[in-house]
Amino acid sequence: MSILISSETKILIQGITGDFGGRHAKLSLDYGTQIVAGVTPGKGGLFFEHGTHKVPIFNSVAEAVAATGATVAVVYVPPPFAGDAILEGVDAGLDLVVAITEGIPIKDMIRVKRAIAGKKTRLIGPNCPGVVTPGTGKDSFGGCRIGIAPGYIHKKGHVGVVSRSGTLTYEAVFQLTSKGIGQSTAVGIGGDPVNGTSHLDVIKLFNEDPDTHGIILIGEIGGNAEVEAARWIKANCKKPVAGFIAGATAPAGRRMGHAGAIVGGVEDTAEAKIAVFKECGIEVAITPSDMADALLRSAKAKGVTLS
Amino acid sequence: MNIHEYQAKALFEKFGVPVPKGVAAKSPAEFESALAQLPDAPVVVKSQIHAGGRGKGTFTDGYKGGVKFAKTKADALDYANKMFNNTLVTIQTGPAGRKVQTIYFTHASDIKKEYYLAILLDRVTSRPVIVASTEGGVEIEKVAHDTPEKIFKIVIDPAYGIADFQMRELIAKLGLAGSEAKNAAKLIRNLYTCYWETDAAMIEVNPLITTPTGDVLALDAKVSFDSNALYRHPEIVALRDLNEEDPKEIEASKFSLSYIALDGNIACLVNGAGLAMSTMDIIKHYGGTPANFLDVGGGASKDQVIAAFKIILGDPNVKGILVNIFGGIMDCNVIATGIVEAVKEVGLKLPLVVRLEGNNVAAGKATLANSGLALVSGDTMADAAQKIVKLVA
Repeated sequence: MSILISSETKILIQGITGDFGGRHAKLSLDYGTQIVAGVTPGKGGLFFEHGTHKVPIFNSVAEAVAATGATVAVVYVPPPFAGDAILEGVDAGLDLVVAITEGIPIKDMIRVKRAIAGKKTRLIGPNCPGVVTPGTGKDSFGGCRIGIAPGYIHKKGHVGVVSRSGTLTYEAVFQLTSKGIGQSTAVGIGGDPVNGTSHLDVIKLFNEDPDTHGIILIGEIGGNAEVEAARWIKANCKKPVAGFIAGATAPAGRRMGHAGAIVGGVEDTAEAKIAVFKECGIEVAITPSDMADALLRSAKAKGVTLS
Repeated sequence: MNIHEYQAKALFEKFGVPVPKGVAAKSPAEFESALAQLPDAPVVVKSQIHAGGRGKGTFTDGYKGGVKFAKTKADALDYANKMFNNTLVTIQTGPAGRKVQTIYFTHASDIKKEYYLAILLDRVTSRPVIVASTEGGVEIEKVAHDTPEKIFKIVIDPAYGIADFQMRELIAKLGLAGSEAKNAAKLIRNLYTCYWETDAAMIEVNPLITTPTGDVLALDAKVSFDSNALYRHPEIVALRDLNEEDPKEIEASKFSLSYIALDGNIACLVNGAGLAMSTMDIIKHYGGTPANFLDVGGGASKDQVIAAFKIILGDPNVKGILVNIFGGIMDCNVIATGIVEAVKEVGLKLPLVVRLEGNNVAAGKATLANSGLALVSGDTMADAAQKIVKLVA
């Protein structure tokens, strides 16, 4: 089991004919992911070829869904067109749209989020590394890789990882895999202030997933999403949870790469968030090198086996 | 992206947001003609820098006050000459301060009462929020802390805009009535249009004032824009003032590097914003101080690494460098080769610790080890951070 996606999930790629989308389409195909369609307006009827793979390209998401039964879309299209691409996937009734694109104007995302409220489609991102459910093959091949994460660092198992940041997610996954601990699913929710899925949304899914035995929650300065997730965990989640907050040394008022990572008030500092984590029974990783060990400490205290 | 007060007020006027009459001058030669365009004194003389706290700021030559009230135009001229080309230090500029290169003269309005008004993104609802307070002209953080009941918020549905009932509620809470209420409602609506149409990230008016004649005016204006949306606003890009930005940050942006100078002595070069932030944190954890935030992005090409080294070494405080790369998709050996070439090209003399992890890492480490360079390899982030802290101590 896993959350959101499995090795059976059929994926379509919006922006498969671009350099960025094409490169990651190839890596996902190599990983064994079922990429069943590409969508690029005006290029319908062509194929995206890679090795023995021949992925049909469609003019619209609706056409791609009708022809292939895809249930999930990945968006790699450039920022000016990305909001529209998300809406197209939602309109086609997909289960999940994962927006990788970095640099979408905040106003576009405010409008998109308003427009998709109440719809069945879940949005993850934008400006996110995507989602990986590791497979059973060598270096976790045979899994479902959506986005830009390195597939081979994963290992199939029972730890859920959720983070805004790509490289910090990889760091946590790599620490786990190095210790022989596998992952159920790793989810990057993205570094923008307006995003589709929050830390809490993912935590709830991990909590309900019987195959996820422990959770690593990685956050950053800015906003209150980590605090919201921590309070819910305290009240509802019995599974061991380790937490890390990046940005303890970031000066107030300066944006650190991620559009969302900016300290605006006293309650969105790393210090304040770490205090809430502790208060909510989340084992805090003292440094980023300590994420896997922190989860092991929490699992041990709760008598839970992670591997 | 930030703009100056005088630019923000010109933008306000374009959207029908009333401001006191004002004229900006970019050289002392323009001061007298600028003052001549204003009605009679009193006049307010305002230093134009991208930082708050100007009124309480002090210039590096000891002259006090970056915003001054002048009873006569002769006084205004005198104040302006003292401020111009002088460096103003405020609570927001850091100790280095900012050089004043524009003076803004405004007509001094009669103030009945001061209010606070801002429009920004509410991250909890992912919608715009209007924040207003009856306590204007003071630090809003202090109001929020001491008297949170005096701060009022209305969250705007982006599909509808400001609803009339929301406006009535806000105006009532601010205690406005009659022509003040009418004028304030019009100002707030126009300011929201300005926020929405220009892709502003935040608009702050502190203070917003009422006058004895029932007018409502934006006495100050602070506006920042969403940098992701600048591509559709060339008229706003034209307002950018490079004098207000760190030259190293401007250089970094040319190579798609995200760089922010800090005041420590251990430089870091990292891929990914989250990893870059936590690299700074772990340096601090082991007793060092980071000299910068530097995210080379997911790719990290050789040219970017060379540019990054040059920018880092442009900071005279730097005593050592920590490179932390998680090569997920990138081949670590390609990155290692880039580091070796960059170090040779810039003739690095400072201690360098490299932590490399990910795809083809064994070959990458071998490249570093066989380079003949005096660099130190770190296995984990913790190991690398401890090593660089020890080397610069």
